[in-house]
Amino acid sequence: MASPESAVNGPTMTAGAASKSLRNAFGGVIAFIILVLIGVLAFSIRLFSVIKYESVIHEFDPYFNYRVTQFLSKNGIYDFWNWFDDRTWYPLGRVIGGTVYPGLTLTAGTIWKVVNSLNIPLSVETVCVFTAPIFSAFASWAAYLLTKEVKGPGAGLTAAALLAMVPSYISRSVAGSYDNEAVAIFALVFTFYLYIKTLNTGSLFYATLNALAYFYMVCSWGGYTFIINLIPMHVLLCIVTGRYSSRLYIAYAPLVVLGTLLASLVPVVGFNAVLTSEHFASFLVFIIIHVVALAYYIKGILSPKMFKVAVTLVVSAGLAVCCAVIAILIAVVASSPTKGWSGRSLTLLDPTYASKYIPIIASVSEHQPPTWPSYFMDINVLAFLVPAGIIACFMPLTDSSSFVILYIVTSVYFSGVMVRLMLVLAPAACILSGIALSEAFNVLTRSIKFQLPGIAGNPSIAVRMWCIMSTSKENGSSTVVAPNDIPKTEEAAKEKPAKKNRKKEKENVEKKPTPSKTEKRLLVLPLEASVIAVLLLVLLGAFYVVHCVWAAAEAYSAPSIVLTSHSNDGGLHVFDDFREAYSWLSHNTDVDDKVASWWDYGYQTTAMANRTVLVDNNTWNNTHIATVGTAMSSPEKQAWEIFHSLDVKYVLVVFGGVVGYPSDDINKFLWMVRIGGGVFPHIKEPDYLRDGQYRIDAQATPTMLNCLMYKLSYFRFVETDGKGFDRVRRTEIGKKHFKLTHFEEVFTTHHWMVRIYKLKPQRNRIRGKTKKSKSSRSVSSKRDVRGKRNPWH
Amino acid sequence: MGLGLGVMRTIEFLLLIIAILSAPVLSDLILSKVERRIDLTSQIARIASTIKAENDGSSSVSEILLSIPEVQAKNLAYLTAKLVEGKGKAKTSGVALAVEPANPKGMPPALSFYTMILPKPLANGDSVTLDVLAAFTHSLRPFPEKITQADIQLVVFQDTAHYLSPYPVKVQSLTLKLPDARIESYTKLENTKGLGSEIKYGPYENLPPFSYSPVAIHFEANQAFAVARELVREIEISHWGNVQVTEHYDIVHGGAMSKGEFSRLDYQSKPQIRGASAFKHLVAKLPPRAHSIYYRDAIGNISTSHVRGDSKKTEILIEPRYPLFGGWKTAFTIGYGLPLQDFVFESEGKRFLNFSFGSPMHDLVTDSITLKVVLPEGSKYLSVSTPFVVQQEEEVYYQFNALAMLMEPFMLITGIFFLFVTCIIYVHVDLSISKSSASYLAKLQWDDVRATVQQIQNTVNQCLSTHEKLEASLRDLSRTGDVQACKAARKATDGLLKELSKELKPLISFLQSSPPAAHILPKVEELVAKERELQERLMAKHSTIVDSYEKKLGGRETENRVASVQQKIVALRQDIEDLMEYIDEI
Repeated sequence: MASPESAVNGPTMTAGAASKSLRNAFGGVIAFIILVLIGVLAFSIRLFSVIKYESVIHEFDPYFNYRVTQFLSKNGIYDFWNWFDDRTWYPLGRVIGGTVYPGLTLTAGTIWKVVNSLNIPLSVETVCVFTAPIFSAFASWAAYLLTKEVKGPGAGLTAAALLAMVPSYISRSVAGSYDNEAVAIFALVFTFYLYIKTLNTGSLFYATLNALAYFYMVCSWGGYTFIINLIPMHVLLCIVTGRYSSRLYIAYAPLVVLGTLLASLVPVVGFNAVLTSEHFASFLVFIIIHVVALAYYIKGILSPKMFKVAVTLVVSAGLAVCCAVIAILIAVVASSPTKGWSGRSLTLLDPTYASKYIPIIASVSEHQPPTWPSYFMDINVLAFLVPAGIIACFMPLTDSSSFVILYIVTSVYFSGVMVRLMLVLAPAACILSGIALSEAFNVLTRSIKFQLPGIAGNPSIAVRMWCIMSTSKENGSSTVVAPNDIPKTEEAAKEKPAKKNRKKEKENVEKKPTPSKTEKRLLVLPLEASVIAVLLLVLLGAFYVVHCVWAAAEAYSAPSIVLTSHSNDGGLHVFDDFREAYSWLSHNTDVDDKVASWWDYGYQTTAMANRTVLVDNNTWNNTHIATVGTAMSSPEKQAWEIFHSLDVKYVLVVFGGVVGYPSDDINKFLWMVRIGGGVFPHIKEPDYLRDGQYRIDAQATPTMLNCLMYKLSYFRFVETDGKGFDRVRRTEIGKKHFKLTHFEEVFTTHHWMVRIYKLKPQRNRIRGKTKKSKSSRSVSSKRDVRGKRNPWH
Repeated sequence: MGLGLGVMRTIEFLLLIIAILSAPVLSDLILSKVERRIDLTSQIARIASTIKAENDGSSSVSEILLSIPEVQAKNLAYLTAKLVEGKGKAKTSGVALAVEPANPKGMPPALSFYTMILPKPLANGDSVTLDVLAAFTHSLRPFPEKITQADIQLVVFQDTAHYLSPYPVKVQSLTLKLPDARIESYTKLENTKGLGSEIKYGPYENLPPFSYSPVAIHFEANQAFAVARELVREIEISHWGNVQVTEHYDIVHGGAMSKGEFSRLDYQSKPQIRGASAFKHLVAKLPPRAHSIYYRDAIGNISTSHVRGDSKKTEILIEPRYPLFGGWKTAFTIGYGLPLQDFVFESEGKRFLNFSFGSPMHDLVTDSITLKVVLPEGSKYLSVSTPFVVQQEEEVYYQFNALAMLMEPFMLITGIFFLFVTCIIYVHVDLSISKSSASYLAKLQWDDVRATVQQIQNTVNQCLSTHEKLEASLRDLSRTGDVQACKAARKATDGLLKELSKELKPLISFLQSSPPAAHILPKVEELVAKERELQERLMAKHSTIVDSYEKKLGGRETENRVASVQQKIVALRQDIEDLMEYIDEI
């Protein structure tokens, strides 16, 4: 299908070309300025956290990343690879260099180094705080590139603007939220862009870049498995729908070969890149694409008759090879207990898997399935625009638009399994909504422009109209002859109207058979309707912007280590208890003291208080976490023994009962029981529940009221108000007056949110006490009992 | 550029005492009256002594010795002496005397000596009155050393009731001012009086040199025992109008060590009793017009601080993250900006910074202080004057050219300018290494080929549009039946097409002659051939229709006659489009 512009006849052509090139140049400059502004927008909308709170690292995981970056900037890259961290997972330690996705850390470390070598003395913390906003600007530019490849620059700009402020992505990339996802979303979108670019151009250069981008993604986030499964799925889709081309081969084969080689260079992935099931799909498709490529080659060199003979030969041989490979794969997979899948991947395939088998994955709130409102909260109006975008992608269906469709479909599924993967959905939703909005505006503004009397007199438009009119009939016939004909994407973006419009046009054709109305491509809506529709779309966009700004300012900018509340007179009250406790620990305990707490606070304790912890948010050792869970759910004496055997000196609990902070340890306690009980069967969940209900009031079970967590949380709590009214649970506590025998309170923060206890030293043996033999026997028998319960004896 | 001044104020001055007596030097001087007042209301022991000295000997005396036991001398933080002029009520303290560490011969060990140099020698029989002010840190020793949260903090202060001096003292007395609280015990000598929070020893008369009578006072002291173990101050001057001060504190509660539990409940319900020994906040007195004040530590901002300012000072009350009990430590940083004109002055072509040396905190003992002054780039001829024993101010002299402050913006501008220039050059310069290399030539040729192919395509497109005109004329014919108009259109298009085919010829021949076009040539030739064929068919169709119109044949018959041609035309058009697309892709 020739484009209307190219059909311009002789005399008008040169003038038309000149004005066109000028318009293109202007368009280029404007697009560039818009892109810069989008980058500024993406950066600045994420600064609410710094303005409203302070320039500080947020939450839990970012603290670990920050600590690693500090180590990297201080000790250099080689020490970083070899870093064995003895300040966590005591007494096991953790090999940080080999178990961490280094992308984020290396990125921030490099930025820090470059900036400092330019004599701009930024601290590591500042660089870490602002890494995420910078990369969200990059991510929106990558979204522009990707969407431009799919549907042209207009859609690209819209998608970039939408991505710059999509709340779902903001929630993970506000200033201070120094987490892997912040750079990974950029890497993800950029990898997809390069894949599409390679697919559209068939250039090996882009294929190589694509492998490098994939390598960066592997460095940054475990979510790279999404890429290495989505792209093979798309390749398979293309092959099945008969869209195989050499471009597809170039886009895919180098990615698998180079990408897998590069991925295995990352220590945390290593041989997993060829051994785990997450990567098998790509190898399978790799084989298939070669078989298909061979088939096409043979088809090219053989006559049709010979080809038919060859097909039977190749298919049978190929099937045999495939069967053999599949058999090997199945054998390998079946030999491993989890069938070669990691727990999180299995959770994705079977959403009920984690809650059944791995409580530690299920206990994390971001691994829960999302609720409906969270879709509205996180992608807002995009949820309604996405279907329109999918329709637009089908007209016409190209290689690249089919990829986008596949991307949105899979990411919608994954986001439905885990809240956290909403983040993967966000770029897809933005791209499709961008396409939808851009197409809609295209149709509407064109109809307005076409019908406005002032512009109709414009010669260039008149010429264009004439061309379209003259080509219309032939186009009709040619489309009949070649329905598979695929126009270039850019032209398609301009010419493809919505289905509805087409119908309307057909009606018009029947009514008035005058030539100006017979054209099929230039679809025109009534002027009033299109003006109203444009206004409504602008309103929709405005609503989205308002929502995003609100989400960025109010919902997602809290650093979660500092809480604030507004008092009735408008004053601001700051709850800075976490840092108070960590600061106390760091200054007033010995540098080698071990601090036990639930794993949520592990990263913060090591980063902020610089003390050794037993467990942290890198939940790699379930047994160790279960030991801490067991100690927390045991009576005081047993807990003391477990902690003492682990050299613990201080126990830290988070308690929200005084100020009503809901995510405290008492509310997390059932998970401690579950995880502890999963490894040490003498901890039984029903012992802590009264009639299946979790309660801490007078009805609670004695096991509950005597466990360490209860005692450490509520120690002398009753004396605050005389009744012991817990503001989180909204009830009076069950056991009010008790003394601690094996622990002593050493610090409690201003709002009681963090309480730190010290293990009392072992009591001296009293000399000359009678019945020596008896006492020693009782000690030994006790030790036997302990031996069963405590894994560290 | 940094200028580091590391000063240990307390334990700088060590003396080696050689125990050889050389009595004659001292025997001439007699202290006729010594009054000592010791202020123990804060953690710093401030001893103010009024000494009246008389020359009893024959030769004139130009310096007077002060002796301090070495145990105390290592805690000496501050020592000044001033001459008192006038008598009775009209007394005014006058000239400050130079006080220097001395090492006189023949003195008993375990004593440190300082010498005050008189402005004019004291002649025989003359007398002089001096005000000596000394401050000691760490001289209040907590006793007991460890207390619980509920205990009050008791400290012991030890000194001598008799003024320790190498000279004989005629009349002397000692007054101790204690905080308004319990006094546990104190050494009772003759002439000892306890009056509320004051204890008075003396007067004692006619005591020989080096008389010593130890006293110990045990009393309650709950004031802040804030000790900065280390203080690093950075003063950074920017000639754009700002002096930025950053102070890093490492604070410890220097009182009795806290033992056992800390209960927040007890502390919150009865802070006066169950936290009496703790201190909650510190007050810093900053210069007026201090701005951009911040207060933070390694893990972020500390929100508990209040700033009050007036025209004379800016007072900032800072609360550490947690109350400090005995032995507890904390660390934080405060920073503030000050207007440049208040602290940097210019005289004789030199600029100098006049700034207080010590910490702006109230009642804070600083064990070790490091002061860094950062001068702007391009400063020359630095010199420092720090007479800090007398004055709490220091001055840094330097020369700085005002133009130098434009250097950095200029560097920035230049950098960006060169970036753009590089971009412009990069875009406009042909970077291929050799103009005659095969690949370069091939590229040039290929560019030509592409341009030619583009031209051919354009021409073909024009042909196609001309065809459409022809078709349009046929449609008009069917509508109006105007054969003449149709023929005229035919003529016009014929001419146009001929021109176009003429245009095509040199292009094709160029393609044939250039080797890189070899693989594209067959397709292009095919395209041209097809186009020509299409042209012919179209002409045939046109003539047929016109012919049939002239013969007045029926529409159906005409269609029958044209049908086969029409099919061919459609197929050809399709082929042409396919070819065009194929060529486009190449």
